[in-house]
Amino acid sequence: MSYPHRHLLGIEPLRPEEITTILDLAEQYVTLNRSSAKHSEALAGLTQINMFFENSTRTQASFELAGKRLGADVMNMAMQASSIKKGETLIDTALTLNAMHPDLLVVRHPNSGAVDLLAQKVNCAVLNAGDGRHEHPTQALLDALTIRRAKGRLHRLSIAICGDIAHSRVARSNILLLGKMENRVRLVGPPTLVPGAFREFGVEVFDDMREGLRDVDVVMMLRLQKERMDGGFIPSEREYFHRYGLDAEKLSFAKEDAIVMHPGPMNRGVEIDGEIADDINRSVIQEQVEMGVAVRMAAMDLLARNHRARAQPEGVMV
Amino acid sequence: MTTLFTNARLIDPEGDRDAPGWLLLKDGVIADVGFDAAPDAPDGAALVDCAGKCLAPGIVDIGVKVCEPGERHKESYRSAGLAAAAGGVTTMVTRPDTLPAIDTPEVLEFVRRRANEVAPVNVLPMAALTKGRAGREMTELGFLMDAGAVAFTDCDRVIADTKVFSRALTYAKALGALTIAHVQEPGLSAGAAATSGKFATLRGLSSVTPMAERMGLDRDIALLEMTGAAYHADQITTARALPALERAKANGINITAGTSIHHLTLNTLDVADYRTFFKVKPPLRDEEDRMATVEAIGTGLIDIISSMHTPQDEESKRLPFEEAASGAVALQTLLPAALRLYHADNLSLPQLFRALSMNPAKRLGLASGRLAKGAPADLVLFDAHAPLILDRFALLSKSKNTPFDGARMQGKVLATYVAGERVFG
Repeated sequence: MSYPHRHLLGIEPLRPEEITTILDLAEQYVTLNRSSAKHSEALAGLTQINMFFENSTRTQASFELAGKRLGADVMNMAMQASSIKKGETLIDTALTLNAMHPDLLVVRHPNSGAVDLLAQKVNCAVLNAGDGRHEHPTQALLDALTIRRAKGRLHRLSIAICGDIAHSRVARSNILLLGKMENRVRLVGPPTLVPGAFREFGVEVFDDMREGLRDVDVVMMLRLQKERMDGGFIPSEREYFHRYGLDAEKLSFAKEDAIVMHPGPMNRGVEIDGEIADDINRSVIQEQVEMGVAVRMAAMDLLARNHRARAQPEGVMV
Repeated sequence: MTTLFTNARLIDPEGDRDAPGWLLLKDGVIADVGFDAAPDAPDGAALVDCAGKCLAPGIVDIGVKVCEPGERHKESYRSAGLAAAAGGVTTMVTRPDTLPAIDTPEVLEFVRRRANEVAPVNVLPMAALTKGRAGREMTELGFLMDAGAVAFTDCDRVIADTKVFSRALTYAKALGALTIAHVQEPGLSAGAAATSGKFATLRGLSSVTPMAERMGLDRDIALLEMTGAAYHADQITTARALPALERAKANGINITAGTSIHHLTLNTLDVADYRTFFKVKPPLRDEEDRMATVEAIGTGLIDIISSMHTPQDEESKRLPFEEAASGAVALQTLLPAALRLYHADNLSLPQLFRALSMNPAKRLGLASGRLAKGAPADLVLFDAHAPLILDRFALLSKSKNTPFDGARMQGKVLATYVAGERVFG
C-alpha cells in the first residue's frame, strides 16, 4: 500500500503505483457499497468539512456520502452563501476553519490554484474537489476505475476525450492520469476549445470528430462549460451538436465495444444525444457515479491513515 | 565638498569601458575622471579607497510606483527613496497609476513636494496621458510639463481607442513631450494571468498569446509614423516584437524600448505552484523569449532596463493566482538581479549600465547616467561578487512582494551618492 502524500490536490504529482493503490482500495469499497451494511469505521472520530465555493450537487453529495459511509462527522459549508460574500479572503476562511480542527477538507473553488493555496495554510488533509480549470483528481480516478472495470485493464487503450477541453479540469486530470498509465489519448473538439498547447502533453488532437473517434476503446464526452466561457468559442449550440455532439453515427467510428463516458451533468442535445447516454450497452455513465463514491472513500481513507500517522498519540497535531 | 575615489573599477557605459581608474567629485558634479594613475587629492578632499570595487553611474529607473497619493501603506516616498538609495538607484522616475491618478498639476505638485521632502534620491514624476487613465480625454499635458512631468503614460492601461491615442500623441509631439506606453493588444490580453503555452495550460490559467505584444507595438508604430511623436515602449518582453522594433528604429521613428528586470531574469516556469509574487504584467514569458530579450539589451535594440517596482501588500497577493494583484518590488533587487546576467556571461557591466543608467537618462534629457566631467555626481559603488541570500523582510520597501525571496544572488551596493552626497552606505 503506497500513498505517501499529505493531500490529494491533483493527478500531476502522483506516480502510477499510487494511482493503482487508490483504485485497488476503491474496488474494496465498491464491494462494501453493494452490500447491505454499507458502513466502515475508517474515518471514525474524524471531522470532514466540505467547502464548496462553486455550486455542486452531485460531487458534494458523493463526497458527503463517502464520508458518512466511512464513519466521519461530515459538515457541508455552502461557501457562496456565507463569508465570501462579506469580503473575507480565502485564507481567512481557511484559518477560521483550521481553528475548528477538521481532519479532512474537501474543497471546490472556481479559481485554478485556489485549493493549493488553501492547503498551504491548514494543518489537515486537503482533497481537491475541482479548482477552476486546473484539476479534478477524484473525477479522473473514478473514470479510471470505470474504464479498468469495463475494459479489464488501464493501459494500452485508445481513449478519445471530446468537447470543451480548454475549460475542463476533468480533461486535464484525465490527460495526466491516462498518460501516466500509458494509454493513447486523443483530444477531439473545435480548435477554439482544444488549444494547440495541449499537443505538448503527448496527446493527439483532432478537430474532425469522426477521425478522432476512429477505433478508440473509450469515448469520454465533456460538458460544454457554458459558465466558464466569456463568449464566442462556438457559433451556436446546434452547430456544436451537429459537428461535435456524440450520436450513433459518429460513435460508429469507434470500436464496436467502445464505452461512452460523461462526467455529468449532461447537456442532452448539445454534446451528447440522449439515446446514446441512455444506451445501457454503451454508456457507463451511471457506473461512473457509483465508482465516484468508492474512489472518494478510498482517497479519504488513505489521506486519513497518513493524517493519523502524523498526529501525536494524544491527538495533538505536530 | 570634494571627494576623490581611488582604486576603483570604473564602469563607463559611454566609452564602453570596464577598467581601473579614479574619479574626483566636487560641488555635486564629476570634476574629473581618469583611467590612469590617480592624481594627488586636493586639499581638504575626502578620500575613498574603492579597493577595486565597481564605481558606476547611478541607476535611472523609469517606471517606479510609489503609492502616494492613496495607498501609502504599500509604499511612501520615504520608504521607496530609502530602498532606491540602498539599491543604487539615484533617480526614480515615478508612475502616475496612483489613487487617484496623477493627472492634474495640483496632484503632481503634491507629489513633488512630498518627494523632495523625504526621498534621499532624485525623484522625477511622470503624469497620466489621459484623465483618470481612462483612455478617453487627454490630460493638461502643457500644465503638467510646466509642473515638472518628465513623461506621460497611462502605465499598464492600453489606450484602446486609437483616435484618442493618436490625438494625444499629436498634441504631445507639439509640446516635445515623451509618451510611454504599455504594448499589448487589449482584447487578447484582457483577463490574462499567464503567457499561453504548456505551462499555463497545465495550470489551467487564463493566458495571453505573446503575439499580443507585437500587435500592440505594430499599432503604436503606425501611429508614430502618422504623428512623429516621441515614444517609449515600457516593456518589450517577446522575441516576436523585436523585428518590428528594429524596423521602426531603422526608419527613423522616435522610438525607444524598455524591459523589466523580471522579464530578463525569470521565466514562466518560475510561477511553479501558483506563486503570486511572480505575477507581473505582462506575464513572465518562455525561456526563448527571455533569452531574446537579454540579447536585445546586449545589441542595444532594447534600450532600457527598469525595475517596474510595483509594491503590493500581502493581502492583495494572498489570493488565488488569477485574482491576485500584479507586480513586484524591485528597487533593491534590480542591481543584484541584473548582475545575474553579468555572471552568466550574457552582458558586460558597461552594457548593463548603458541600459540601467545612460540610456534612460538620455531619453529623459538628463545630464546624469554617465561618468563624464561635468555630469552630476550620481554614483553607485558596489561589489559585483559579494554573495547574498535575499530575505524579503530585510527590504526597505514597505511592501515585501519580491520574487527573489530566498534567492542566492551576487552584488551588494556599498555606497550610493546623489549629487555628490552619500545617501547610502
